[in-house]
Amino acid sequence: MSVITAENISKKYIIDHKHKAGGPTTFRDVVSDLFSRKTSHSDYTEKEEFWALKDVNFTIDQGDRIGIVGHNGAGKSTLLKILSRITEPSTGQITIDGRVASLLEVGTGFHPELTGRENIYLNGAILGMAKREIKESFDAIVDFAGVEKFLDTPVKRYSSGMYVRLGFAIAAHLNPEILIVDEVLAVGDTEFQKKCLGKMRDVSESGRTLLFVSHNLTAIQALCNKSFYFEKGQLIDQGETTHIVTNYLSKVSHKRMERHWDDVNQAPGNDQVRIKSFRLLAEYQDNLMHIDVRTPMNFQFEFWNMEEGANLNLSMHLYTFTGECIFNVGTESQQFGKGLVTGVCEIPGHFLNDGSYVVSMMIVKDTSTVVYNMEEALIFDIEDYRENVTWYGKWPGYIRPKLNFSIRQTEHLVND
Amino acid sequence: MQHTTTIKAGGSEKDYWKDLWKNKQLLIILSKRDISVRYKQTLLGVAWSVLRPIMTMTVMVFVFSYVAKLKGDEGIPYPLMVLCGITIWTFFANTFSQISSSILINSNLVSKVYFPRLLMPLSSVAVGFVDFLITLGIFLILTVFFNHPLSWNIIYLPAFLLLAFITSMGFGLFFAVLNVRFRDIGQLIPFIVQVGFYVCPIAYSSRLAQGTWYEKYYNLNPMVGIIDGFKWCLLGDKAYFNPNSVYSTAIISVVILILSLIYFRKKENTFVDHI
Repeated sequence: MSVITAENISKKYIIDHKHKAGGPTTFRDVVSDLFSRKTSHSDYTEKEEFWALKDVNFTIDQGDRIGIVGHNGAGKSTLLKILSRITEPSTGQITIDGRVASLLEVGTGFHPELTGRENIYLNGAILGMAKREIKESFDAIVDFAGVEKFLDTPVKRYSSGMYVRLGFAIAAHLNPEILIVDEVLAVGDTEFQKKCLGKMRDVSESGRTLLFVSHNLTAIQALCNKSFYFEKGQLIDQGETTHIVTNYLSKVSHKRMERHWDDVNQAPGNDQVRIKSFRLLAEYQDNLMHIDVRTPMNFQFEFWNMEEGANLNLSMHLYTFTGECIFNVGTESQQFGKGLVTGVCEIPGHFLNDGSYVVSMMIVKDTSTVVYNMEEALIFDIEDYRENVTWYGKWPGYIRPKLNFSIRQTEHLVND
Repeated sequence: MQHTTTIKAGGSEKDYWKDLWKNKQLLIILSKRDISVRYKQTLLGVAWSVLRPIMTMTVMVFVFSYVAKLKGDEGIPYPLMVLCGITIWTFFANTFSQISSSILINSNLVSKVYFPRLLMPLSSVAVGFVDFLITLGIFLILTVFFNHPLSWNIIYLPAFLLLAFITSMGFGLFFAVLNVRFRDIGQLIPFIVQVGFYVCPIAYSSRLAQGTWYEKYYNLNPMVGIIDGFKWCLLGDKAYFNPNSVYSTAIISVVILILSLIYFRKKENTFVDHI
């Protein structure tokens, strides 16, 4: 049964090239515009239409957990705002069956001067809870947020962590049929993020409908069964989350496997070091021109050392595309004369899982001072490869090492 | 239990007023928030609401009575007349300016969560109302002090209070919408309030305008009838009051309120695009 049906949703903004887009105008501007239009045409304000959403159609069934992915400015947040009735669409119509709660921010309407207790009632009411509902879940909220001791303290004295925890705890005890969540998990520590994800999973497993916008693709994959992919205000793809996320990643990841600078003076760096090159050399398998989980890789990094007798070492970070650090490796520190220095790092095949990865390289002096940090220096993808496996789901984990792992029969049950 | 919402361009909610009613709890909570926040961090707290009207009254009495030698109505102590005018005028002025800025002040709510936007101007009235009750209390104490008896006219007081509320809503809603679009309207509001203070019969009696060429323009101001009526309620029949002005006042106020409401409803769904 479909709970949300959207037909031809568009949202238009008028960008005023003379003024800030969408922002506040002053009455003075309008008055002065009136006059300037009459007097000089060169000062004419140029107005341009900008479609934040254009002809978006979709239906969402009850119990669906929808992840929404896309670049910044693709229209994700605009869609959530329209669904939450914060702003209205310029064209189109949406029908929603059921009570909607939207969580576009943690702790909406918290007042710094009010105590935790007062803010629970305030925020609960703002999010659409009845007083009775708040009373019923009051203890659970306090418990989830872990703020018993500070209930009667103004929230302005709360640490940012406590503030966020309290805000999420209230939202988590909403009982809507449809829950809309925007990027709220970007705040809070890892422990709390886990708690939030757990709570959201509970929500979705209880048959309620969830719409979730996040840049954290891991979270989307963990929570959502279906996904929408927005680009430039249009819904360009929808379907199973794994498929959409892969599609999204393949479009956003601009592979960067080799970089080099021939002119020392143009190269990135400073007075002490200048980068010459950074390359990823892969030993492609089966004559394929792509890296897969089996492919051994060689990272070659060259830089000019400009300081005689400097004590240097290299430190390399490898991140997932979603920004989690997988490892950090470093070389020994040693003295170098002026001239070219080369570092090589090997990553064996059968080590990393399939996905997109980002490498950054740091040059460190005296094992303590960072001389130069080349962030997002290389970006590469590892494709999936499986042998003798008939299961095609996403292989979990950041790494996929080939360990000695075997099974054998250790006892036969004699059956007579 | 099924609850269906339709969202489309151009203001959709046929259930708007039902929605507003359903959210009355939020209205109460927002009002409570404003009241408790107002007194939480000030040194003198509630005392300010007592001190402010007394100080304004003292200054007014001194300036108009001793310096400008203005006279009130016969048989009414001048300070009482001034305080009476200040009481209702301050209620109007406070609610009017609070309503005008209510959307901007709550912009964090506007951009993050939906509820009928009319709740914000409505809840911003609460603080003004509490202040009004305090000033009214001071006034009643002073009537004893000046030995001025109250009359039965006081039973009409709620009607004039309601008219003042309707007028402040009418003007306030209009400016609240403008304020979202044009930020410098906010600067205009204290000025309007200041001019209003002198245009309305607070420090003087409307008797002064009687029979002059500007009388008919003067009476177009709905606050004139309201303030005169309010004085008549509290100070008795000796205060100047033209009962016929009630009709024109009520009609003007209600028409302004309806126009403002239409304007507000038309713009409220796009407030967020300008914040």
